[in-house]
Amino acid sequence: MNKIIESIKNLSIGFNSQKGKKISILRNVSTNIKKGETVGIVGESGSGKSTLALAMMGYIKQGLFPLKGECLFKSEDLLKMSSRQLEKIRGRKIAMIPQNAGQALTPNLKIGYQIDEALRLHTDLNKTERDKKISELLNKVRLPSPETMAFRYPHELSGGQQQRVAVAMALAGKPDLLLLDEPTTGLDVTTQAHVLELLRFIAKDTGTSMIYVSHDLGAIAQVSDRIVVMYAGEIVLEGPARKILKEPIHPYTYGLLKSIPKLSLAGLPASMPGSQPQPGSISEGCSFYDRCNLATDHCKKNSPDLEYIKELDTNVRCFNHKELINQNNNLQTSITKKSNNSEAIEVLKLKDVSISYAKQKFFDQLLNKISDQNPTVKDINIDIKKGETIALVGESGSGKSTILKSIAGLLKTKDGQIKFENDRILSSDLKMRNPNDLRAIQLIFQNPDESLNPNHTVEQILSQPLKLYFNLSGEELKKNIIDLLKKVRLGEFYMSRYPRQLSGGEKQRVAVARAFAAKPDIILCDEVTSALDVSVQAAVLNLLQQLKEDLGTTYVFVSHDLAVVRAISDRVAVLYQGRLCEIGPSQNVYKFPSHPYTEVLLGAVLEPDPDIKPKLVAEDIVEEKPPEKGCSFQGRCPRKIGDICNTEVPPWQIGENGNAIRCHINIDELANSQQ
Amino acid sequence: MESNLITEDKQKNKLEKAFEILKTMASKPSGLIGLAIVLFHVVLALISPYIAPYDYKAISPNTMLLAPSAEHWFGTDSLGRDVFTRTILGGRTALTVTFFGSLIALLWGGLLGIFCGLVGGKIDDVVMRVVDAFLSIPWILAMLLIVSLLGTSTEVLIPALGFFYGKGIVRVARAATHDVIAKDFIVSARARGHSNMSIIWNEIIPNVRDAILVEGAMRWSWMLLGFSSLSFLGFGVSPPTPDWGLMISNARGLMSFAYWSVIAPIVGLSSLIIGINLTADAFAKALGIDRSTKAPV
Ligand SMILES: Nc1ncnc2c1ncn2[C@@H]1O[C@H](COP(=O)(O)OP(=O)(O)O)[C@@H](O)[C@H]1O
Ligand code: SF4
Ligand code: SF4
Ligand SMILES: [Mg+2]
Repeated sequence: MNKIIESIKNLSIGFNSQKGKKISILRNVSTNIKKGETVGIVGESGSGKSTLALAMMGYIKQGLFPLKGECLFKSEDLLKMSSRQLEKIRGRKIAMIPQNAGQALTPNLKIGYQIDEALRLHTDLNKTERDKKISELLNKVRLPSPETMAFRYPHELSGGQQQRVAVAMALAGKPDLLLLDEPTTGLDVTTQAHVLELLRFIAKDTGTSMIYVSHDLGAIAQVSDRIVVMYAGEIVLEGPARKILKEPIHPYTYGLLKSIPKLSLAGLPASMPGSQPQPGSISEGCSFYDRCNLATDHCKKNSPDLEYIKELDTNVRCFNHKELINQNNNLQTSITKKSNNSEAIEVLKLKDVSISYAKQKFFDQLLNKISDQNPTVKDINIDIKKGETIALVGESGSGKSTILKSIAGLLKTKDGQIKFENDRILSSDLKMRNPNDLRAIQLIFQNPDESLNPNHTVEQILSQPLKLYFNLSGEELKKNIIDLLKKVRLGEFYMSRYPRQLSGGEKQRVAVARAFAAKPDIILCDEVTSALDVSVQAAVLNLLQQLKEDLGTTYVFVSHDLAVVRAISDRVAVLYQGRLCEIGPSQNVYKFPSHPYTEVLLGAVLEPDPDIKPKLVAEDIVEEKPPEKGCSFQGRCPRKIGDICNTEVPPWQIGENGNAIRCHINIDELANSQQ
Repeated sequence: MESNLITEDKQKNKLEKAFEILKTMASKPSGLIGLAIVLFHVVLALISPYIAPYDYKAISPNTMLLAPSAEHWFGTDSLGRDVFTRTILGGRTALTVTFFGSLIALLWGGLLGIFCGLVGGKIDDVVMRVVDAFLSIPWILAMLLIVSLLGTSTEVLIPALGFFYGKGIVRVARAATHDVIAKDFIVSARARGHSNMSIIWNEIIPNVRDAILVEGAMRWSWMLLGFSSLSFLGFGVSPPTPDWGLMISNARGLMSFAYWSVIAPIVGLSSLIIGINLTADAFAKALGIDRSTKAPV
């Protein structure tokens, strides 16, 4: 059991900068992977975790090269092997599962054929044995009806199913070591929980060692025996999963765990200042110095070594780690936010809103009618109060973005009305809205890389709304830009920067500043923290909350992440397939009764705690289209009571927790069964 | 503190940026060679009227088909004209016609492409079909028709070449625009209520400009070949204009005993084509544009 199968020794990997300097992105990394063990490697983007994982299979990305150290797989150095020798090892001894399995599978070849290919390449089985093996593998990764699955093409499978096929292919060669690089990132919460469950099962069942790379401590916590925490190219903490998650004795890990929003905690998570330093920017001292609240002058000049702490069986790279021992109680705290003093003035009302993506037929187009009996989004009724944060939550494809777009006037509604202030109907066509209404509603997008023009400086980006809405120019414009930057805690010198010169968090701050430049009444936030690192996410959430408290802005906050929603929102609306399931005050979301879909979502949340396992109640099927009639959740509902769910739209009922739920099950019954 | 990657990439004004791009282009041998060749040709074209030792159209029966000598560095042609003079002036003709031709190609190709990418739908379909239909006509036949109707003056050749070489640019501009308009920063600008013109000018053009320019540079080298082929076939500029295609065509029959009259224009033409090609490649790389090589149309 304790046999070491791969050993990384003092590995440094780097590249040559434009100025010809050697810059290392991995510094002195040493770790061992034991047989049958699952090691989680966690770190923010740019911390070097993928570079390390790839090096573990002897692969160095183009432009990078090893500076020193070795990767010993069964005491042979992978980095010294010829590509011939490596070919023999990859796939057979070490297999890799990439982040996006959909892209890794060949689109025009059947699943069965692709697995067969892997078997032919990595085993000596004959045709009949291989055929048997294929259905065995498909069974093992728990794909439904493995017989027919082999004859399907990749695009006929959902993201979660594709990921399972990738696992099956990786297992084909019976590898000793399985590398997984962000294997569940991008999958829906429920699917993610299922795939993780499968991986845990496979690790136990086959005794394969696994390296699980992720930015998500929640996912890492579910599968890992041991956790390696990377920061700026170094291992800063390493030890048994439970110790790392419950008693993190490195300030970075400690802060990281505190910055993750948790379902059990109301209020906002504590944020860490700053962001990870760029490779090559640290010349002396501890790489976490800038962001560390335990830092002393000693840390500025001296770099700490990895130190073994016997009691915790943990390696830590920090001079002051003793201060964190027994601090674990503080992990469970959060910043209480001022809840809005609901004056109950309604600023925005969605009344019976339906939205359809269906192409209009010619005659209907003439009559300006959209004929779609089963629109993507249907019957949305939400009254949004001034100053509140209302969250729309649901898995991808549930219509969250669609609703935001139609509020913004980017998408025509099929039926229903959007009313703004004093019941004035907003035209569903952007061009028909008056400039003041356009100003009043602003959007912030998920990915600031996409939402900021890469060819504009921050100054140009921020001046657009200021010029458009307030006709500012010259000194006044500049003063306003500086004010805005100050509001989002960025210095004046950011004005001349381009988006590519900013970190992810800084970019999103600029996007936030641009929205606030319009002095809007309502800001529509579409997954605004999903593309950010956790430590940065907490900071952006806190910033949004602060701005709202200062300026009285109303947020419509869309997210797939229930814990984030819990942290920031006052009220939450749960959507499935474009239909509302539940709506109510968010402090009650996790108090029962809940709509069966809310229950499923809550159960699938991955918490960075080895003691909280996700509850898998519903199948992780993906539905293409909402059902024609009946309850929208009928296809996956674990509590379905019968035909009535398929035929009749369920009624709204109000629970004792104040949440309105749309289900055929009597609400008291629902409460009882969920206790 | 040591400068990190972010601060290495400081804010620069337009001129500095252009210089930076040139520097990156010249940092690789192929780019440096390309730039040097192009620079050489451009300088030569600019000064050629002042340094040409003879009159390019002076026919002289006494000096027919002389071999290279101290008086006539590249010898003389069958009409007794100085080949050196005609070669350097020929470069001027080629560069002028194709430079302005490329400019026209860039302009109409770029604008139409951006327009198609923007409007999408039916109009885009129809326009692209028409462009495709034009793509399928052998352009040399079409040029033949045009010059036989309108003559072979540069006022005809430049727009005609510009027209035919703009088709490829339409595709590139359209694709680039198509990619850009799906981006959230465009959605964001639309949601704010900016006018279409302002969105095209501020958000789209800065993001498609590089791809279009690179394509234009590439097309330039192809246009040069096309233009010279035309002249070679007798549909390009008319004699006695000094022109490489014409020179090669005229001297074709004399290859075996008066090779000098054809070598100079061939070297001139091929070196300029290679030079522009290398430069366009380096330009694309410096701008970070991935351009899979396509065959000339
Ligand atoms: N432009 C589009 N054309 C057609 N269907 C679309 C388009 N955009 C989204 N959809 C569909 O609408 C549904 C809701 O999508 P979306 O609003 O993006 O959901 P969410 O934001 O909750 O992930 C999905 O089924 C999606 O496939
Ligand atoms: S060594 Fe100092 S700066 Fe580094 S993590 Fe520890 S306390 Fe913070
Ligand atoms: S109405 Fe039926 S299918 Fe829908 S959530 Fe309730 S029990 Fe489930
Ligand atoms: Mg969305």
